[in-house]
Amino acid sequence: MWQYSDKVKQHFFEPKNAGAVSGANAVGDVGSLSCGDALRLTLKVDPESERIEAAGFQTFGCGSAIASSSALTELIKGLTLDEALKVDNQKIADYLDGLPPEKMHCSVMGQEALQAAVANYRGEQLVDDHDEGALVCKCFAVDDLKIRATIRQNNLSTVADVTNFTKAGGACSCCHEVLENILEDELSARGELFQPAPILKNSKVATEIVTETATEKSIDLSIGQATLAVADKKQDTVFAASSVGNKRLTSIQRMKLIEKTIEDFRPTLQRDHGDLELVEIDGKSIYVNLIGACTSCQLADTTLDALQQALIKVLGELVEISVLSQQQLASLSEV
Amino acid sequence: MDNNATTMVAPEVLDAMLPFFTEQFGNASSIHRFGNKVGLALREARQQVQTLLGAEYDSEIIFTSCGTESDSTALLSALRAQPNRKEIITTEVEHPAILSLCSNLETQGYKVHYLKVDKLGRLDLDAYKKLLSERVALVSIMWANNETGNIYPVERMAAMAEAANIMFHSDAVQAVGKVPINLKNSSIHMLSLSGHKLHAPKGIGVLYLKRGTRFRPLLRGGHQERGRRAGTENSAAIVGLGKAAELALAHMAYENSVVARLRDKLEQGILERVPHCFVTGDTDQRLPNTSSIAFEFIEGEALLLLLNKHGIAASSGSACTSGSLEPSHVMKAMAIPLTAAHGTLRFSLSRYNTDEQVERVIATVPDIVERLRNLSPYWDAENNVASIVSENNTTGFDPVYA
Repeated sequence: MWQYSDKVKQHFFEPKNAGAVSGANAVGDVGSLSCGDALRLTLKVDPESERIEAAGFQTFGCGSAIASSSALTELIKGLTLDEALKVDNQKIADYLDGLPPEKMHCSVMGQEALQAAVANYRGEQLVDDHDEGALVCKCFAVDDLKIRATIRQNNLSTVADVTNFTKAGGACSCCHEVLENILEDELSARGELFQPAPILKNSKVATEIVTETATEKSIDLSIGQATLAVADKKQDTVFAASSVGNKRLTSIQRMKLIEKTIEDFRPTLQRDHGDLELVEIDGKSIYVNLIGACTSCQLADTTLDALQQALIKVLGELVEISVLSQQQLASLSEV
Repeated sequence: MDNNATTMVAPEVLDAMLPFFTEQFGNASSIHRFGNKVGLALREARQQVQTLLGAEYDSEIIFTSCGTESDSTALLSALRAQPNRKEIITTEVEHPAILSLCSNLETQGYKVHYLKVDKLGRLDLDAYKKLLSERVALVSIMWANNETGNIYPVERMAAMAEAANIMFHSDAVQAVGKVPINLKNSSIHMLSLSGHKLHAPKGIGVLYLKRGTRFRPLLRGGHQERGRRAGTENSAAIVGLGKAAELALAHMAYENSVVARLRDKLEQGILERVPHCFVTGDTDQRLPNTSSIAFEFIEGEALLLLLNKHGIAASSGSACTSGSLEPSHVMKAMAIPLTAAHGTLRFSLSRYNTDEQVERVIATVPDIVERLRNLSPYWDAENNVASIVSENNTTGFDPVYA
């Protein structure tokens, strides 16, 4: 069974705003029986201020569909229509402390119902841009349609390409067989032959390339595992290169440098709805706290490795990053 | 109430197994006395399974790791032993252990014929007969369906295949232990079973291979299982399965009388109390323990979560419980309307279920269904009717896009 957060369970077992709102003047119907999810959102909007006075949902769907609907109505009550339109599916998922990747479409359905209801109120025609294919990469919730579209747009021809462009297959790699099948299909459609590399190159060759470029290339997290793997290989070279001729830092300088490096690193994580914060520096040990999507990400260790490499590089000394446990966090006093 | 998913290990089975984790740790292949005792125990277990299946020889029983391994071994063996035959006949309601392998084989130049089923999940034997040709390497038909409990006429179909000189396999994972099986008088060449469906532990299965059937092993290596399935025997699990087979045979009448009565009581109780629900499958040809009920206008996973809160375990053919976006392929094959296919619940009982448990389920289900229907846009709670009345109904719920 799924691993639902307590918040999801709470909104499923005790849903808020269930049922149609009486005197509603905006209705959004979305979903379909074939995907087993459908939602009617009814809103009562004050015509003067365009403020949502009441919101109600009726949902045909699984636990997370009902929880997402409940969360949506809680999020938009009291907002103006324009404010409400800023509530996207990620906000719904965040409100529920996250959803399993297979279930993210439930929050998308919530967002779509909201857009449909607003369009209905304003008498606009809503353009149907809903598309959803079979889920291929469960780690990053990437579906078949997105992968095919990206392959076509960018003329991709290897699994590594697909990972770099969509992230699909970048973590556990269990979906690589499916990715290969999709590539074979798409390549033959454009008259090419799919020729996969016989093995994953991971050792000496990669190290040699990295040694040449390590000093001028900064660590780029945004393009997935391929680069991260390279970053891993950089460790020895980088350390040797930057510690030579490094001047001594004062404790304050060192702390600020660590802080800045982490700050520079955060936007990359935030793009994927994750984050981290610096909690403690104890000699060579730097403690951080993972936030949002990072807490459940399979790549969190790799990400931390990359941050560790970045810190080692700027500090010119060997440091270690550790994540604080919930217990350790709880024992810290509030500021 | 979810015994088609898996069953509890019977206490007698556990007792039989325990010594094989401790003092009886020997390798059955060894000559010394440590191994010899294990070897004797395996022989007894093999005979217990032989008796349950009504097989002619104990050497027709090959122990494997699970039902899926047995299925894969059977299909791939038939293809490798008969390289000139490139077709397989199966059904569209098989377990994924067969269907996924078949769709993979299709990418490698094999042709797979999927027999269709009618609204009750029954096969058309005339259509089947037309497909039998010398191009067919194997017919693989499940003995009983895991979702509906439908029993298929495998003995008759095997006889038809034999008349056309075609090898026949049956995935009998759901049937073994629940219905009498007598393989020595049948034309079935291969049959798969899985221990954990009949109160043995997980991780043990059997492939029955009729003597004289051409065979190519999936796992080659040592001489275990007479070279037909290499790898050191899982002796404790094999002993457990032997005991479970003996118990299943002893409880066969109980399963088909008492358990069947409990199932009927449960089914009738729910049908009487809940409007807009119906049984799926063929109630005339069905496993004694299984009931699949479709509840219209609500979704199965939501049902399961609420049942679970009341301590009731069942399963569903809904899309959301499988991780795919499609409802169960079995419900789809039977053309069950989508409003109902997503809301199917499967109750599968065992000899350990009681009257009190059945009564508790009957008392719980109506409230849960009503609660979810009150949330559903397809249901008009005030008038207690479906809100979609007909195709051209404009007041009902009809989402703008799919």
